[in-house]
Amino acid sequence: MIRALGPGAAFYDLDGTLVRTNLVHVLLFYARNDRGLLKSLLRTAVSVAGIPLFFAAERVSRQAFNEVFFRFFRGLTADRLRLLAEELWEQVLEPALRPEAAELIERSRAQGLRQVLVTGAFDLAVAPLVRELGFDDCGANRLDLADGRATGHLVPPVMAGAAKAGWIRAYAEREGLSLGSSYAYADSLSDLPMLSVVGRPTAVNPDAGLRRVAREQGWPVLWLS
Amino acid sequence: MSVRLRGRPDAGTVFIDTDSAPRVLHCGESLLEARLPVGTRVVYPRPPIAPVSDAHQAIREAIENPLGCDPLPAQLRPGMRVTIAMDDISLPLPPMERPDVRQTALEVLLPILAGAGVDDIHLLVANSLHRKMTESEMRRAVGDDIHREFYPDRYYCHDAEDPQGLVTIGTTAHGERLRLNRRAGESDLLIYLNINLVPMDGGHKSVTVGLCDYESLRPHHEPQTILDSDSYMDPARSALGRKCERMGRLVDAALDVFHVETVLNNRMYPPELAFLAKNEDDFDDRDRLKLRAARLALDRLPWSARRAFFRRLPAPYGLIGCWAGRTEPVHERTLARCFEQYAVAVEGQCDVLIAGVPYISPYNVNSILNPVLVQVMGPGYLFNLYRGRPLVRRGGVLILAHPCYDAFDTASHPSYVEFFHRLLPETRDAFELRERYEESFAHDPRYVAAYRHGHAYHGAHPFFMWYWGENGRRHLGKIIVVGAENGYVPERLGWERAASLEEAIAMGRSHVGRSAEVTMLHLPPIVIADVA
Repeated sequence: MIRALGPGAAFYDLDGTLVRTNLVHVLLFYARNDRGLLKSLLRTAVSVAGIPLFFAAERVSRQAFNEVFFRFFRGLTADRLRLLAEELWEQVLEPALRPEAAELIERSRAQGLRQVLVTGAFDLAVAPLVRELGFDDCGANRLDLADGRATGHLVPPVMAGAAKAGWIRAYAEREGLSLGSSYAYADSLSDLPMLSVVGRPTAVNPDAGLRRVAREQGWPVLWLS
Repeated sequence: MSVRLRGRPDAGTVFIDTDSAPRVLHCGESLLEARLPVGTRVVYPRPPIAPVSDAHQAIREAIENPLGCDPLPAQLRPGMRVTIAMDDISLPLPPMERPDVRQTALEVLLPILAGAGVDDIHLLVANSLHRKMTESEMRRAVGDDIHREFYPDRYYCHDAEDPQGLVTIGTTAHGERLRLNRRAGESDLLIYLNINLVPMDGGHKSVTVGLCDYESLRPHHEPQTILDSDSYMDPARSALGRKCERMGRLVDAALDVFHVETVLNNRMYPPELAFLAKNEDDFDDRDRLKLRAARLALDRLPWSARRAFFRRLPAPYGLIGCWAGRTEPVHERTLARCFEQYAVAVEGQCDVLIAGVPYISPYNVNSILNPVLVQVMGPGYLFNLYRGRPLVRRGGVLILAHPCYDAFDTASHPSYVEFFHRLLPETRDAFELRERYEESFAHDPRYVAAYRHGHAYHGAHPFFMWYWGENGRRHLGKIIVVGAENGYVPERLGWERAASLEEAIAMGRSHVGRSAEVTMLHLPPIVIADVA
């Protein structure tokens, strides 16, 4: 007897999957646009200098990367972050959007699947993208704010690795969705838990590690431009 | 020595005697040698027909002397919009030595068009729901100069999932709606450049299948049509062919189509491997040495290296015929020539049919012959290589040789993995698979994206491949595979497994009786058995 599966969702990673950019581009954009020329130059210089540190931290773990990375947002006001998010979308994310991404989302929606973004980026930065691409929901990191300013920390749980899978599981349970008939799209081996938790995982422009897993598991591989 | 059939020196059939040499079978990317029981009939392909001395000239003559319409130059006028559609990577098999016949034909066609002042020309690969060709494959098909001039803006692959790129041509009296590539459908003249390798190809199938969308394929790419085809390699008795003809008449009514059909001989082996097409009793010392060397080398190489070895051996095919003009008269001539090369008269059916499955099929050029494609080669193509009656009796046994490795190319065949590992354990019933799953695979956004933006077969393609074996599965009493490296792939396909050909023949005899008549189909090259 063939099992009937309930309604599902399509879960998308963002950086490297739907867009060609990554979190560092977002950071540099905010740094470049800090108030005042001096502040902007200083923050940009510090951010650029921090890039090797990000790579080193990511080699340790995604968690370590997040702890180092989000410190660079300390002191930015929520209003400023929100305001710049619109420009971030127009100037950075939209131009970096893979041309096939919107069609993929549209065809998924046509199949009756709920469209959900699951990203390690922070919620204020991706809000315009969520709106423009018509996502139904978004699981993103949240910057910890005190007196309207970013403290440089994230509100737990930090969305990365296994936490994304946990978020998806909880979301599906809450919304009454079948994970077996759900899809997930991601580009990196660090997203393996997120891909493994659904019945229809797909590697998009995968890194070497994920490419190997996809080959072993027989997962479809999409090469988008 | 094996015994040639008396009175028919070129009939291509021999009978195994006590002192006959072992026969060589393809087994994926390996070669098997096996001693067959005395009395076994071995059916060989015909020798290659000598090619025309000047392929350009032969194609030019066909274009200037078309069947059923004016010569091509008389149909041209300055400023008109012309699309030249051509067969994809699935033809010919294996890919031919350069220059490919597509390049040769284009080298004739393009100057004629240019001379008539036609400059709005697009070259369109008619890949239907097959994977899109890679740039290097496209360059190889038409040659560097034409590729440089046309690619990518005016030389590209058909996209059956591009909502803006399709146009409705009409609906047959049977309710079959036909939608085709918009550029082709809105051209003043559509030239179709065909390579005919098996009689299922060409004719109305070229345009109606090669340039259509998923919904237009569904009326004939389905199990009942395959069941109603006896066989689908025999156009006169093919329900698939009849449905394509019905749709093709819609095309003829709506569009100006100028068909150019080419027939290649069956010289598919390069000189190093030409011995594989010979009767093993006629092997000389050099042939035996080559066979030994090939087997030793192949058996020691990993699968990927074996595949690479075969991919480096393009076929030295030669052009043996070209006709141009209206679809039906052209195809009639093409088929006649095709059968001259491929048809072999065979006296009577057999109870047990043996065939090696080679490394290549129309659907895995530069890729892997995965388990679903092994299936389409067995009860699909190999079973259907007949006219008149099936080579094997109803309830008989088909013995295949293939490793049946559980390997898939996820870039080319992503939906095949899910089909094989998720659906086949649930059911092998083609009608149930179509009813319950085909459309969800066809519209699966992952598979659509992989087809449109990568080099993947359409999500629905493994279903078609399964249907392709439907008349074989229903007709045969048992399928046994030799050389399988595991037990679960054959089991999932509904086959049995034998350790050797001798054991497989014994299993076959226990199924159909001790007096079973055994026949081996010695291929490739392709043989169409005319079974009396």
